[in-house]
Amino acid sequence: MKLTLWTYEGPPHVGAMRVATAMKGLHYVLHAPQGDTYADLLFTMIERRNHRPPVTYTTFQARDLGADTANLFKDAARDAFQRFAPQAMIVGASCTAELIQDDPGGLAEALALPVPVIPLELPSYSRKENFGADETFFQIVKALARPVERTEAVTCNLLGPTALGFRHRDDVAELTKLLGSMGIAVNVCAPLDATPADIARLGAAHFNVLMYPETAETAARHLEKALNQPFTRVVPIGTHATRDFLAEVAQLSGLPLPPETGLRQPWYAASVDSTYLTGKRVFIFGDGTHAIAAAQIAAKEIGFEVVGLGAYNREQARPVRAAAKTYGLEALITDDYLEVEAEIARLQPELILGTQMERHIAKRLGIPCAVISAPVHVQDFPARYSPQMGFEGANVIFDTWVHPLVMGLEEHLLTMFREDFEFHDAAGPSHHGAKAVAREAEAEVEILEREAPVEAASGEVIWLADAERELKKIPFFVRGKAKRNTEKFAVERGVTAISIDTLYEAKAHYAR
Amino acid sequence: MSLDTPIRSCRDTPVLKERGQREVFCGLTGIVWLHRKMQDAFFLVVGSRTCAHLLQAAAGVMIFAEPRFGTAILEERDLAGLADANAELDREVARLLSRRPEIRQLFLVGSCPSEVIKLDLARAAERLNAAHAPHVRVLNYSGSGIETTFTEGEDACLAAMVPGLPSTLDAGLLVVGALPDVVEDQMLGLLTAIGVPNVRCLPARRSADLPAVGPNTRVALVQPFLGATHAALVKRGAQHISAPFPFGAEGTTLWLHAVAAAFGIPRERVEAVIAAPRARAERALASVSETLRGKRIFFFPDSQLEIPLARFLVRECGMVAVEVGTPYLHRELMEPELDLLPEGPVLSEGQDVERQLDRVRAARPNLTVCGLGLANPLEAEGLATKWAIELVFTPVHFYEQAADLAGLFARPLRRRALLAPEVAA
Repeated sequence: MKLTLWTYEGPPHVGAMRVATAMKGLHYVLHAPQGDTYADLLFTMIERRNHRPPVTYTTFQARDLGADTANLFKDAARDAFQRFAPQAMIVGASCTAELIQDDPGGLAEALALPVPVIPLELPSYSRKENFGADETFFQIVKALARPVERTEAVTCNLLGPTALGFRHRDDVAELTKLLGSMGIAVNVCAPLDATPADIARLGAAHFNVLMYPETAETAARHLEKALNQPFTRVVPIGTHATRDFLAEVAQLSGLPLPPETGLRQPWYAASVDSTYLTGKRVFIFGDGTHAIAAAQIAAKEIGFEVVGLGAYNREQARPVRAAAKTYGLEALITDDYLEVEAEIARLQPELILGTQMERHIAKRLGIPCAVISAPVHVQDFPARYSPQMGFEGANVIFDTWVHPLVMGLEEHLLTMFREDFEFHDAAGPSHHGAKAVAREAEAEVEILEREAPVEAASGEVIWLADAERELKKIPFFVRGKAKRNTEKFAVERGVTAISIDTLYEAKAHYAR
Repeated sequence: MSLDTPIRSCRDTPVLKERGQREVFCGLTGIVWLHRKMQDAFFLVVGSRTCAHLLQAAAGVMIFAEPRFGTAILEERDLAGLADANAELDREVARLLSRRPEIRQLFLVGSCPSEVIKLDLARAAERLNAAHAPHVRVLNYSGSGIETTFTEGEDACLAAMVPGLPSTLDAGLLVVGALPDVVEDQMLGLLTAIGVPNVRCLPARRSADLPAVGPNTRVALVQPFLGATHAALVKRGAQHISAPFPFGAEGTTLWLHAVAAAFGIPRERVEAVIAAPRARAERALASVSETLRGKRIFFFPDSQLEIPLARFLVRECGMVAVEVGTPYLHRELMEPELDLLPEGPVLSEGQDVERQLDRVRAARPNLTVCGLGLANPLEAEGLATKWAIELVFTPVHFYEQAADLAGLFARPLRRRALLAPEVAA
């Protein structure tokens, strides 16, 4: 047993719902108790879908337990088939139904429906949502994809986008455009918007683009083996990754590289206003794929220092660990948000890139933050075009990440005029919604009057009054780092009282 | 508006009872508002990742504010042997209580998985009670989907508290049902002014203020979904005051009159106290209900509030009820409401959601009250909707909230008229 408040991932049957809801002409019959329909509202509210997820729940209650639940399942499956006339069905159990041990696959088979019925085994007490999506998509592909003749022109499949996926809708559009500019048409995009009939003709493509390893890697590997379709290894998030991806596609297809139209991110990052971004300390957490991509962009395309990298999905632990090593870091692999919070508090980064949860941790700690990965809330299913992939994705990412930081000019002003009443620390940057309050004179006086050492630091070190006063002159957004560095410096040298000299000696020591 | 019963009411209307897929929340959802009311209680669900995910979805942004609830997620090894699960639970509870010393009441909340594996939470509560008394009282109830629908979670929770309430022989009023603090204060103000003696609330805001109960206690419900709590209180000898629920000016008036009558307080005294707030409520209602007059409304089952709300909307706002669905119809508690609701609507209990959707599509009402899983899909089909869960979280009871309550139903219609005037007409 593990006490939990927040979960990064839902149970595996929610992953199966993400696949079913993404597709058309497929229906999911889920053996589940009354109440499990709550998951519908993730799709109708957070993703704002205009239809109900294609899921029929058996909604058994206490009085049904016993022999009756198996019949309930059969009735529900039969009714769902008659009402929705799907091309194929998937059937499975939620966590409670897993315990009562009806066999949805066997029960559905006994109905002898005239369409393929694909049983799902989703272990609810050991696996989670992403596994559920990956496994469901794999089972559908395994059941339906058959060898077919390759298309004459070079085509590919897009594998992995689902319902409730972070920016999946626009990533598909961006990649379709990008591949189109090389003369490569998309044969089938799946599961998003694909029908079971589309799955059957996956084999017509020359190769597969694995967009999201979390939700489609097993299917991609299956297609590689069964239908001899190679798949792309690079996920095109970021300018460098997009270029690498295109090179990989060029090699797979034998076609020349396309022009880089519309790409503004490299120039924006090179322009002088971005100089202040250099070496800003960033903490990155999310699903493995987005976290790894974000780290590369942060380090190599924007010039941040990656001080922490982690993921909540154990399935991606290995690549995340490998990526972290290239930044000299130990990856944080955990699904416990308290561990993530503790790590962020310890590292004191200047920017957090994470999920909805990290957004709230950042808010609590007063650190700027941008969202790079699911789980996300409704505002991250935006109306406007906002891919993460491809060249437009690189543009979107640059804007999204830089926005929460104080813009270069504004930071400059805050530093230059920090003694002015309008630009004092507590005023904060203009776009954070805080109302500027004139500096309170008394606070200054109080500090000036104090002679004795005041603040005991974490160790045995104390701050002398003049050093503390000097510390307050350092802009608030780097003060935490300066304080920590100075204390560390003092402890290492056996200094017990920090003076102005200690402060500046530490500053010189850590100067880059 | 009149306080008379209609010539033909819904009292004898046959109820359409349905079984099939139910698009409803389970009782765990009740935790989201109950924990805010009971300020020193913690709700520990013993369940699966699904339960934690549900609470996360239902609690929305609240989950980031250190709320006093959580889920002990069952893992594969807990399913292997029961003895192990109990030891695990004890350890998690001890950890929790040492981290949150301000907790005085701990509810072990059963879920579908914990019930199917027959994890005996009643015994666990006894055992933990012995271990953590007197500082913490440990109780248990079921919020599982196989036992409870949405608001029935509150009923199960309060019913579990009743046997442990102190005894008394004093005459007094016990008001049952969690209300927002602001509404509770208004209610207490009115009852005191009327002269009702010894008014206490269940649930109380803090565990030190638990109400006492006995043969001279009179019980008034402010929520319709409290059947089990009602039965538990009657078992303790308390006497039930039958009344409509305090929604709208009329409902509030009838409720207060019923309470006063139970204590032999003269009607004139009640009338004197309520004259001003009642007039205020009727005035505010008159302007809000303009939008609602003559509009046809359809209720999907959700909270058991549907029948009282339909009565309010029909009698005080001039709406026409097409179908009123409720997850469970408790005859005895609902009789005063059914007497007031004019004959006409289909009354349905339970749900077969696909069939009910067929009915709503055929009826094409002006406004459909339903859950969040159905609301956007129905909007996309051109039906205006009001999502039901808001009615449980928002202050809607008693006089001062009467117009706000009508406003919750008027707003989607006004919005539709603003965005697409030609469709809304």
